[in-house]
Amino acid sequence: MRAATILALLLFVPLAAAAAERTPFTIGYLEIADDARYAEVRSYAGLKLKTRHRPYAGAEAALRESRVIGRALGLDLKLLRTVAATPATLAAAVRDRRDETGARFFVVDADAAALLALADVLRDDGVLLFNISEPADRLRRADCRAGLMHVIPSRAMLSDAMAQYLAAQNWHRVLVLRGPLPDDTALADAFARSATKFGLRIVAAKPFVLSNDPRERGRNNVRLLTADPAHDVVFLADSDGEFGRYVPYQTHQPRPVVGTEGLIASAWHWAWERHGAPQLNQRFEKLAGREMVDADWAAWAAVRLIVEALTRTGSTEFEALSAYLKGDALTFDAYKGNPASFRPWNNQLRQPLLLHTHNAVAERAPLDGFLHRTDILDTLGVDRPESDCRL
Amino acid sequence: MYGTRFRRAVSAAARVGAARFLGGQAVLFCAFALATAPARAEPTGRIYVTNEKSSTITVLDGRSDTAVDEFATCARPRGIHFNLDRTRFFVGCADDNVIAVYEVATAKLVQRIRKMEEPETFDLSPDGRYLVVSNEEDATATKVNVETGRIEGEAELGEEPEGVLFTRDGRTVYVASEAANLVHVINFEDMEVRADVFVGTRPRRFALTPDEKELWVSAELAGEVDIIDTASNKLIGDILFLPPGFRREQVTPVDLLITRDGTTAYVALGRANHVAVVDVARRAILEYILVGKRPWGLALTRDESRLYVANGLSDDISIIDTKSRRVLKSVPVGMVPYGILIDD
Repeated sequence: MRAATILALLLFVPLAAAAAERTPFTIGYLEIADDARYAEVRSYAGLKLKTRHRPYAGAEAALRESRVIGRALGLDLKLLRTVAATPATLAAAVRDRRDETGARFFVVDADAAALLALADVLRDDGVLLFNISEPADRLRRADCRAGLMHVIPSRAMLSDAMAQYLAAQNWHRVLVLRGPLPDDTALADAFARSATKFGLRIVAAKPFVLSNDPRERGRNNVRLLTADPAHDVVFLADSDGEFGRYVPYQTHQPRPVVGTEGLIASAWHWAWERHGAPQLNQRFEKLAGREMVDADWAAWAAVRLIVEALTRTGSTEFEALSAYLKGDALTFDAYKGNPASFRPWNNQLRQPLLLHTHNAVAERAPLDGFLHRTDILDTLGVDRPESDCRL
Repeated sequence: MYGTRFRRAVSAAARVGAARFLGGQAVLFCAFALATAPARAEPTGRIYVTNEKSSTITVLDGRSDTAVDEFATCARPRGIHFNLDRTRFFVGCADDNVIAVYEVATAKLVQRIRKMEEPETFDLSPDGRYLVVSNEEDATATKVNVETGRIEGEAELGEEPEGVLFTRDGRTVYVASEAANLVHVINFEDMEVRADVFVGTRPRRFALTPDEKELWVSAELAGEVDIIDTASNKLIGDILFLPPGFRREQVTPVDLLITRDGTTAYVALGRANHVAVVDVARRAILEYILVGKRPWGLALTRDESRLYVANGLSDDISIIDTKSRRVLKSVPVGMVPYGILIDD
């Protein structure tokens, strides 16, 4: 408890204040009704490959676990969920909630385009937005915004975590299989950048197509795709998953598959069992009736970050809280070990990441041996010297 | 590696079964009995270690410091404590929602206190009649009557309550809440929370100085021990740990002990793989002792000549000679050792 925070800690709070006398403090939560990312996608024959749930339960879990902190602070903490019909009505929703309740901090579950538009419209509205579900690198680079904080890791961070793992395993020669979707390109591009950063060699980056056409066999047959050149590991960039699920065990050589199948880099996983994670996972499962995934964790973390700022500043003023969140005194317990804090150069939450299979966490990044001159967490993602974000 | 461990645990369990059947165990352990203290059971010289991942208890012979037994217990055993006359010990099992009570002399299960919500750690009231248990999942601390197993009081706390410590007069009990960064000061009689004190990130365990004027609290993610003045419930100091060659985020203190004379504190530094030795009066770090991987649990022998350290991620116990501050030996135990109980 260093000098900067000692004031807040000297607070000794009598418990006489009943809930009724507590000052209300509202945190906003926004989502979009027709968000395409949550549309149910059925694969052939009615199989459901991916079911994405709205991460609101994560925010709810965080609020629940903050009730006693509220008691100690004399605050009545509230979470206000607003479902906007379209991205275009998000900004109006923020202004309404702010005017009704005084809320200045908003957890936003939206994609890159919606987040960017929202941050631009609200630039001078004195609110702070928390991105909990969009990994796009451009939001941390050229399209960064001062009023937009990123709790969810960027693609660059996730692919750096994977590249560290491959380098640590001495799997230096990588064959990349890349799908046709924009997200596949983004994944492959991020990985290419990470490969250069950590000294991996991409021996080939081959596009694949989902098809049975024999004339396309060079692009749809996994054995042919993986026959050459010689490689140690296959990196799969397949955001859809329909092709990718048939890649493991079907390669020409016995080679592990990583990326979007096999070993995957994530912000969170239900099998993570260190740093208090089992307790958080159990609390979340009890509340939501399902396992916690990345966006749930980010929604949880966003609310807990705001509560942490309330605790450490002893203030409810927007400026004081924002300054604390963006400052270097923040040591946020992300339940992943190293204390997390926001990078001042692009508002990204620096945090450890998990490399996991379907049922186990193989490693936590940054891996041992990857060093950094100030904070090893900054070995993941865009570091200050190469940042092109101008806040 | 896991395979080997499980096989070892199984064969150990089989051996115990045979020994118990032959009645050989009691004879075996009588041989280790040391001098008797008044109003206390004859010490067996055994050391019990809870292994939270293998759900077993390892038994070490304190004279030779070798593992002599490992037996299955309830699921995810963590906190371990004697009763007042040291004839029994309690083990909190979070995954079974139970506190198991064992007889010290025979290591036989004699009672199960059920319907505990995820018990993690606990402390015995000075009169020996109650346990105050931190219920990790429930965000409460419960007052449990040891004899009847009934819950007679409950306090609503921050998330993930962890360390529990009674004052000597039994009037006050301190409970740390890991996720809320709070130390709760609880009036034991009616389990009313008297004060919530904010401390460093992720508070874990406590130690009181012998005069009970200072409460020391480890703050795991802050990498420090915070010191609370017990009269005013205010933070009056802190000690930041940083063994040479480590970065701040690698230092995650958990368990801590203060010697009976109040001069020295030992702090297990978790990810930094060291135990810190602290001069209590000066709040100065005297030395860092290298131990196994991620040390958490600590226990001192009665004469305070040996410090036992549970290394959660190397599945072993380091045994430190407190005079020379050197590790004498490390002994493999079960998976993820947590708590240590020394019957000497």
